Amino acid sequence: MKITKEEVLHVANLARLDMDDDAVEKFSEQIGTILSYMDSLNQVETEGVPPTSHAISLNNAFREDEEKDSLERGAALANAPEQEDGCFVVPRIVG
Amino acid sequence: MNLYELTIHEAHDLLRRKEISAVDLTRSVLDRIREIDFRVGAYITVTEETALSQAAAADHAVGEGRIGPLTGIPLAVKDLICTRGLRTTCASKILENFVPPYDAGVIEALKAEGAVIVGKVNMDEFAMGSSTENSAMGITRNPWDLSRTPGGSSGGSAAAVAADMCLGALGSDTGGSIRQPASHCGVVGLKPTYGRVSRYGLVAFASSLDQIGPLTKDVTDCALVLSAISGHDRRDSTSVPRPVPDYIEALRPDIAGIRIGLPREYHSAEGLSPEVSSIIRGAVEILEGMGAQCVEISLPHTPHAVAVYYLIAPSEASSNLARYDGVKYGFRDRDRGDLLEMYRGTRSRGFGPEVQRRIILGTYALSAGYYDAYYGKASQVRTLIVADFRKAFETCDVILSPVAPTPAFPIGEKMDDPLTMYLSDIFTLSANLAGIPGMSVPCGFSAEGLPIGLQLMGNHFDEETLLRVGYAFEQATEVHLRKPVLP
Repeated sequence: MKITKEEVLHVANLARLDMDDDAVEKFSEQIGTILSYMDSLNQVETEGVPPTSHAISLNNAFREDEEKDSLERGAALANAPEQEDGCFVVPRIVG
Repeated sequence: MNLYELTIHEAHDLLRRKEISAVDLTRSVLDRIREIDFRVGAYITVTEETALSQAAAADHAVGEGRIGPLTGIPLAVKDLICTRGLRTTCASKILENFVPPYDAGVIEALKAEGAVIVGKVNMDEFAMGSSTENSAMGITRNPWDLSRTPGGSSGGSAAAVAADMCLGALGSDTGGSIRQPASHCGVVGLKPTYGRVSRYGLVAFASSLDQIGPLTKDVTDCALVLSAISGHDRRDSTSVPRPVPDYIEALRPDIAGIRIGLPREYHSAEGLSPEVSSIIRGAVEILEGMGAQCVEISLPHTPHAVAVYYLIAPSEASSNLARYDGVKYGFRDRDRGDLLEMYRGTRSRGFGPEVQRRIILGTYALSAGYYDAYYGKASQVRTLIVADFRKAFETCDVILSPVAPTPAFPIGEKMDDPLTMYLSDIFTLSANLAGIPGMSVPCGFSAEGLPIGLQLMGNHFDEETLLRVGYAFEQATEVHLRKPVLP
């Protein structure tokens, strides 16, 4: 198998996803098949080939550092699952 | 003729001559949606009230002599383009109740033109899929055969245009998500050059590949919508500051001397159905008959495009989708007390299986120990794919190929076999990897009566040649005039 169940669990943890045994089983099989297919890339000679991250080469998009209106606080909070006193509320982090 | 059957340019002529009103036109489209969409399932949200008030405003503008090509035209928008005050779900449970506080750049552009937005249309969750089956809001059916998928991920956009439930639509294309559903539903779809259209307010899937583009009933309408949404936007730093040409000017049915490149690797690709292949050959003969000159070209790295794409796109997605944490917007799993547990519960219950599969794949490809072998290698082979196209465009003006290896496939056929689903994207992925424009134009029908599109790909920022060749083809045939008959 290209990717073990332990590796799937490890990666799921990095991505903050829970996974039950059935999902681990299914994903390790499917992703294993996909990764085996990806191995075809090893046939391509890429010694000295630079990587491409964007196909259109761009210079950095500079702009003046000007003060501008930003999203109004109420609008920024409007979609929050929980808010209080103009802040996002999250579960307690420190004991 | 019913008003909903009109193309954008036909409706515009009638509006300009005041033979119809935008309100009547919009009502006709809304009635059509009410009448048939329970069978097709193209719309996630229909905005009857605001659409009618936008239409009334358009009529007022027309009365004052202010009319642009899209004024009063009812359009549908893929549900991953932010619309202020209008729910934008990405067809995901995690954004089920998300109401954006701002409009995307393209929505501002449409509103500035006085267009009418009739609703938000279905898609694969976060645009990840080729069939619109990966939607938390239910599937969309192909108007030509309700037992088949419309393609994806912009399946709602394509089905809505094909079934006359809007005059045109916006979709997005990361690996073929405009062109493939356009092909499967018998409409025109164009993915612009990367950077041509602002991505500001487009919910990100794979940022180096995503582009917004039009799906329309004909090539003229495609040029009109493209004109409206193209141009530089400082809020998208990858948007390119380059003047927008007059795309309508490009619509001349004169293609004498245009060199059409036929990639050897595409026309002999494994999995290409003989029926699609022969219809594409027929289209090539029509273009040759009009004076186009065909040249064989080679894109030698084509066989690797699927592997490259399905490493790069999930890698970018795994990073982009890290923002869904149940804190700032969207669904939150309230059953978990601890912060980390809350993240895990929110993401596991909020994302569907295909999105989770790609997050896992992308996180793996970027993780320590595998980065060089997977993401790094794919980014290098991407360079070779870009170089293939650069070389090809030295000997041709436009590249012609199939859009998809088969006509629309039956619902459920590929859902348990992700790799087979991915492989069906072979003809469309490379354009996104290379950043070049690609267009699907209806070119024929299978024996079963399913539409088939041909793909035209052009050099960077040369949408004009695509439109010109597509328009010439359309003028020479009547394929685009055929409409699905809904039972």
